[in-house]
Amino acid sequence: MAFLSFRHVVCRRGDRNVLEDVSFDVDEGETLVLLGRSGSGKTTALRLVNRLIEYDSGEILFEGNDLRSLDPIALRRRIGYVIQEVGLLPHWTIAQNVALVPMLQRWPREKTEQRVRELLKQVSLPPEEYSERHPRELSGGQRQRIGVARALAGNPSLLLFDEPFGALDPVTRRDMQRQFLQLREQYRTPAVFVTHDVVEAMALGTRIGVLDGGRLELIAPPEEFTGASTPVARAFLDTLPGRSLRN
Amino acid sequence: MDKLVLETLARDVWSLTLQHIWIVFVAAASATVLGVLLGIAGTRSPAVRRYSIGFANITQTIPSLAMFGFLIPIPLIGGIGPRVAILSLILYALLPILRNTITGILSVEPAVRESAVAMGMTDRQLLRYVELPLAAPTILAGIRTATVATIGTATIAAAIGAGGLGVLIFRGLASVDTLQILAGAVPAALLALLADGGMALLERRFRVER
Repeated sequence: MAFLSFRHVVCRRGDRNVLEDVSFDVDEGETLVLLGRSGSGKTTALRLVNRLIEYDSGEILFEGNDLRSLDPIALRRRIGYVIQEVGLLPHWTIAQNVALVPMLQRWPREKTEQRVRELLKQVSLPPEEYSERHPRELSGGQRQRIGVARALAGNPSLLLFDEPFGALDPVTRRDMQRQFLQLREQYRTPAVFVTHDVVEAMALGTRIGVLDGGRLELIAPPEEFTGASTPVARAFLDTLPGRSLRN
Repeated sequence: MDKLVLETLARDVWSLTLQHIWIVFVAAASATVLGVLLGIAGTRSPAVRRYSIGFANITQTIPSLAMFGFLIPIPLIGGIGPRVAILSLILYALLPILRNTITGILSVEPAVRESAVAMGMTDRQLLRYVELPLAAPTILAGIRTATVATIGTATIAAAIGAGGLGVLIFRGLASVDTLQILAGAVPAALLALLADGGMALLERRFRVER
């Protein structure tokens, strides 16, 4: 059974359908990339999963259970969430920020400290040097590494990424994407990753879903996606490096 | 001037100053509790926000002497003495504290709030770990404004028999005695400066660099 399933999900805002009849599955160990332009509904789809917003009809299953039957607080503590603006707590140290979910879960101190050290090492920020700093003392890329470490800290069953590397310079972004793949290798946590960057989608996705106007146009592994013939997928593929602007 | 008169005046200044501090403390502390709680409720419900700000706004427009006049005839809370004075001082102090609490909490960066909620904080935890610490300097600034204003307004409370440094000012006015007026006004001004400076220090401690 799929880890996460959307079945004919509809989400309205006012009298507009932000998501219309969206269905997809995310399996264990998979990274589903939702690719779409601004306003395509990709962020909405993501925020439905940790119940920051609610859907109007259809069904979302989390480990086979109806999402609405689960306690939202407990659910969110099992889902890592990374957003473009990171959203670290400015008055907390890096170590405290990473330890957010363990703190909420009341892990013993020893275990939490060990976990924080381990994670800081994994995101290449030596704990001796960074633990006691505050977010303002870090660069944008370093802050997002902390964002990722925080999302992983509570050993989540699912990860959600909302254009996490969108605000970073291309070199840092590349670096973060490489690290993302390494961490996935290690954790194998299923993930939903929202982006409007087709290169990123092809590099990170085990499958790519193209959203347009709230509808899922296509869902395919990267190899198939390259040959896609649907209009929005084509438009995205045309932005790849090497395709001329003039024709 | 007679030594005895001066000694009596000095003793009066001392005891009235203490009384003044007590009135201001009770009023400012109550307004802080009320304003912060109402402010928190206001950030959770737009209706509470609208009505509480509206109410606090209206109280600000009532002249203080008129406010005493309104409150004196009300049963249970009315009458002559410090009770009415403290009540009206609370009403005056409410607006800056209420408004700053709401502004402070609502101006927490949306991404910070969103990630805290998305990582599984309950509303209480959000308030305790995120919103209140980040809003603290703004809330303290409101308490500071309110306290300084209350120290001044409290001098008028002597008009309804509440005591405090206003007693000397009114007595001095009645007997055209500048010394008496100053003996009330100068300590009141010093108290205001002291409160302002002390709270400014406190405020700075809570400020978080971003």
